[in-house]
Amino acid sequence: MAVMTYREALNLALREEMKRDPRVFVIGEEVGLYEGAYKVTQGLLKEFGPKRVVDTPIAESGFTGVGIGAAMVGLRPVVEMMTFNFALLALDQIVNSAAKMHYMSGGQYNVPIVIRGPGGPAHQLAAQHSQSMEVYFYHVPGLKVVRPSTPMDAKGLLKAAIRDDNPVVFIESETLYAVKGEVPEDPDFVIPLGEAIVRREGRDVTVVAYMGMMYRALEAAEELEKEGISVEIVDPRTLRPMDAGTIIGSVRKTHRAVVVEAGAGFAGMGSEIAAFIMEQAFDDLDAPVERVTGANAPMPYARGLERAKTPSKERIMEAIRRVCYAERS
Amino acid sequence: MAQKTEAKKAGPPAVDAELARRLLADMMLIRRFEEKAAEAYALGKIGGFLHLSIGEEAVAAGATSVLRRDDYAISTYREHGHCLAKGCDPRRAMAELFGRRDGLSKGKGGSMHLFDQSVNFLGGHAIVGAHLPLAAGVGFAINYEGGDQVCVCYFGDGAVPEGEFHEAMNLSALWKLPMIWICENNRYAMGTSLERALAQTEIWKFGEVYGIPSEPVDGMDVLAVRDVVGRAVERARTDKTPALIEARTYRFRGHSMRDPAGAVYRTKEEVEREKLRDPISLFREKALKAGWLSEADVRAIEKDVNDRIDDAVAFADASPEPPVEWLLTDIYKED
Repeated sequence: MAVMTYREALNLALREEMKRDPRVFVIGEEVGLYEGAYKVTQGLLKEFGPKRVVDTPIAESGFTGVGIGAAMVGLRPVVEMMTFNFALLALDQIVNSAAKMHYMSGGQYNVPIVIRGPGGPAHQLAAQHSQSMEVYFYHVPGLKVVRPSTPMDAKGLLKAAIRDDNPVVFIESETLYAVKGEVPEDPDFVIPLGEAIVRREGRDVTVVAYMGMMYRALEAAEELEKEGISVEIVDPRTLRPMDAGTIIGSVRKTHRAVVVEAGAGFAGMGSEIAAFIMEQAFDDLDAPVERVTGANAPMPYARGLERAKTPSKERIMEAIRRVCYAERS
Repeated sequence: MAQKTEAKKAGPPAVDAELARRLLADMMLIRRFEEKAAEAYALGKIGGFLHLSIGEEAVAAGATSVLRRDDYAISTYREHGHCLAKGCDPRRAMAELFGRRDGLSKGKGGSMHLFDQSVNFLGGHAIVGAHLPLAAGVGFAINYEGGDQVCVCYFGDGAVPEGEFHEAMNLSALWKLPMIWICENNRYAMGTSLERALAQTEIWKFGEVYGIPSEPVDGMDVLAVRDVVGRAVERARTDKTPALIEARTYRFRGHSMRDPAGAVYRTKEEVEREKLRDPISLFREKALKAGWLSEADVRAIEKDVNDRIDDAVAFADASPEPPVEWLLTDIYKED
């Protein structure tokens, strides 16, 4: 194990996979000469050359389509979205081309592509650059969607995504790039897609959360421990396919569930998780499932408004207390 | 300086009986396939959208005649002809239109999504303009792997106002991709005429802007198409120069079976006038006159084509419906 940042872990995963498989290449805006808008691709151009680290003009639909077409005939592109907000310009390519190619060709053409970059709330980037993007993708059969919360997951899941034979939407976070953690240096270390992880064991309530919300839930759990509430935190890591088994297993143990998500609540990830908990574990529940979500509003710029947009530690703690029928101490 | 390319003497070889037979047979096969598809549609054996390319066969036949089997082709939702010309089995293509299990895409794609990996036909794509970037990706992959194949991408005049057309032109020129962009300009994007859609109706001129050798060609003349595409393929193979070819053609039928007459947005007189330029009749007359083919040859080709398509229809009819379990297969490629 080595201690490195989330950004370095991603970079290492890219380098290892590019060394392992000559069909893997990186393509996107500013990935080469500029070394990535967030420096995730730092050093790759020097190491692998312009054939495999391909700078593009600002043409998201165009270069995403290029990646998909190249994947159809055997390459394994990693397409960087400078930020996932820009992926909406390529949404048709991702949804109508990448996700459906294998199905509508009757299994003849698969699309082994990774579309990666940062998404989710960031710091004062306002409405168009600060939003949870996974919702646009996890609805689509044919796509896999990953949201890695830690440096270790960033590395292990990115490697799995690159090795996957299907299109994988891999959404990182500006706010996590500098987070440090232990990361295995073993080039064969891979975390399979579709496996959730229990981040913190607890007895009284299951909190499902990922990315920044997972860290906020951890803080909430530490505080609530002092109040005598033991919180278990499950991080799904892959949103599609979702590891419902691990979440249901935890709920069967704690009998209570709170789902936290940064994005707007309406038809969000929390809705889906709450629904399958009800479908699969209704009789195990001692309280209704609570959702703690972002406000149903675009992201505002002003600091105070921005703070109010995403779930706070306090709101997470209140929801946990409610499902535990606990008075505030 | 104009990018319009000069005719070079190094074109495809002169026409002989074998080539004439192939070109005529390919065009007639496409025509017959689609006439039978229209009949099957009327009988309710084909559902959804069915877009026919009747009148446009010379583009597919002429272009494909200069390709190698390992070259790639990719197209729109009006792709029956391109897929057939590339060499797919008409029986499996028809079975796909019928939504049957022996269809090219197992009955999951339908008329708009014919794919045949065995002949490098990368599909029918039904979002206008969206397959142009995919095609550029195929060209990118050819260069990446150091191959000398080319990728032919067919699209309609309706794709030209889309941003993806311009993104794909730019990327193919910027990266020197071995692309043959063939715009089948049939003058109507569904019911919207060129003049109502494009500020520049000379579509080949968009190539100039991107520094791509480009030219218009009579898309009703299979030999002219073959000549222009042949030169473009040669350039793409040897020095990775992309080409934009505007094949001026005409669809004799409506946009789809739901627009059977195609008469609201164009006049009957115009359609009848264009039918005088039927690419099959024109080439048949030329071949007879030049002595490449005899009347007996033409009759033999016609009989063979009719037999093959009758066989295709019988095959499609006999093929079972896909089992319902297939609803949930092929969504992901399993390890």
